[in-house]
Amino acid sequence: MTAGREAASCVAARQSDFAAALLDPQRAAPAGLRAWNGSDPHVRLAVHRNNVVGSLVDALAATFPVVQQLVGHEFFRAMAARFVRQEPPRSRVLAHYGQEFPSYIAAFEPAQGLPYLADVARLEVARVAAYHAADADPVSDEMVSLALSSGDRMGDLQLVVHPSLATLESPFAVVTLWAAHQGDGEIAPVEVDVPEGALVLRAGLDVLVLRAPAGAVAFLDAVRAAHPLGEAAARALAATADFDLAATLSQLLAHGVLTSLHLPQRLSS
Amino acid sequence: MPHAAPTRRPGRPATGPLGPHGMASGLPRRAGIGLKPQHFGEVLGTRPDIGFFEVHAENYMVDGGPFHHYLTRVREHYPLSLHGVGLSIGGLDPLDESHLDRLATLVARYRPASFSEHLAWSSHGDTFFNDLLPVPYDRATLERVCDHVDRVQERLRCRMLLENPSSYVEFEASTMSEAAFIREVVRRTGCGLLLDVNNLHVSCINHGRDAQACLRDLPLSEVGEIHLAGFARDQDAAGAPLLIDSHGSPVDEAVWGLYADVVATLGAVPTLLERDNDVPALATLLAEAGRADAMLQARTEPRGLGACGGGV
Repeated sequence: MTAGREAASCVAARQSDFAAALLDPQRAAPAGLRAWNGSDPHVRLAVHRNNVVGSLVDALAATFPVVQQLVGHEFFRAMAARFVRQEPPRSRVLAHYGQEFPSYIAAFEPAQGLPYLADVARLEVARVAAYHAADADPVSDEMVSLALSSGDRMGDLQLVVHPSLATLESPFAVVTLWAAHQGDGEIAPVEVDVPEGALVLRAGLDVLVLRAPAGAVAFLDAVRAAHPLGEAAARALAATADFDLAATLSQLLAHGVLTSLHLPQRLSS
Repeated sequence: MPHAAPTRRPGRPATGPLGPHGMASGLPRRAGIGLKPQHFGEVLGTRPDIGFFEVHAENYMVDGGPFHHYLTRVREHYPLSLHGVGLSIGGLDPLDESHLDRLATLVARYRPASFSEHLAWSSHGDTFFNDLLPVPYDRATLERVCDHVDRVQERLRCRMLLENPSSYVEFEASTMSEAAFIREVVRRTGCGLLLDVNNLHVSCINHGRDAQACLRDLPLSEVGEIHLAGFARDQDAAGAPLLIDSHGSPVDEAVWGLYADVVATLGAVPTLLERDNDVPALATLLAEAGRADAMLQARTEPRGLGACGGGV
């Protein structure tokens, strides 16, 4: 029993040392490694170190292509490698790895010259989340017609947004910046110091990035907090005086942002 | 506790599903390729003549969207091999039950003909390393790996295939050969072997072993699927060749040679051409699979495979 426990705890120590060495290039190779030809196992361990950091940097590069374009390949990989070592994945499902990367970028001293970079990264996180989000059909035309005929109860309408929807408000022109980096051609100069709101969602199989109409982000945030139409519109107006409910609703419906539009059940009649 | 007699796991039948919810059919004895997002539309539009498609389970552990949309449609036309890369069967921690739940959900949804995982670890504590990391071949590790394989088969109600690893370092603590370790896991748990011929070649070059001897030592009668892939070349500190299992290039001629030996010994076995990096055009992948298919078709006499529901 004792011998077995010692063997097991020895295995445990070895795997802990191995794990620690993977993310810390300064750390010595764990004890107990060997090579058939007596060569220094450090070089062999480096294969795993490169696999771990390289594959995770690749995963971030796939999620943040515009951030990479904005800072360049080398800068991006160096910044991403630091992030990987500080914030390695906590989940075995890598699709959502990098949700903390925007905050890391915001605090990353060498990137301070591009103050909009973190918000572009937030937009790119939202795109990947929308791509993999749950499926839901947009609200049907019949349901919309029925809801719009609810007369003086319209303010009570409960709206449900698509599970893929994310909103983002930025002091920078994030949507314009992002859109400018979608083609292969010359990138026109972008006036970055213009506040923009973004709506990110999936319509069918395609992820859309829309410039949010004035007040739409406040409106949708209120809708997602389960406020009825009237209350959500009041909050949007309070946030932005030129909020246009009719125009916003028609844009949301046109892009399939809403999946339901209904009056709450009356408790009694 | 992990000190019970090693005979506590009765050998399971070599073929057939483990329970009433086991997978119903095995992979065809043909070549298959990985299903890549960049090929989704072309696969559905052209329906290439290929034995099966393979996906990494973790890529499909998402709520919805194009991955599920396309895999659902591809599955209507092709058998599926579900290959896990995140279970960490060689890990110290108990298996992640929520990860097993996600796997079980995928198995129920897509009814794969085969589920496979690696003899490796990829998580430690709460960190996921996204790499297949080596284990020492000693008694304590053997006990743990067998416990983990038992749990997978119990949870998924299916005979799983365990893949031989590619490795770069060895452990002073190892008390048995890789082949002997795998033989013992297969004997105790009743799992099958996913024979990665590229991994075998890579590991044999990296550790100065004789590939033919390693091949003979493996439980070849329990092979349910074969993997072929490309590697990259590097050197160790002494200047000896160090091959990296990169999945980023065509299959090397040395690996094709070993594969020919395996097919000559085993007959036709379902064979996956793996390409995960620098993925080329679909036609290029299909051409490589065609080469394996031609070798398999020259050896079509039926054999009991023993894969997850594979042998009839």
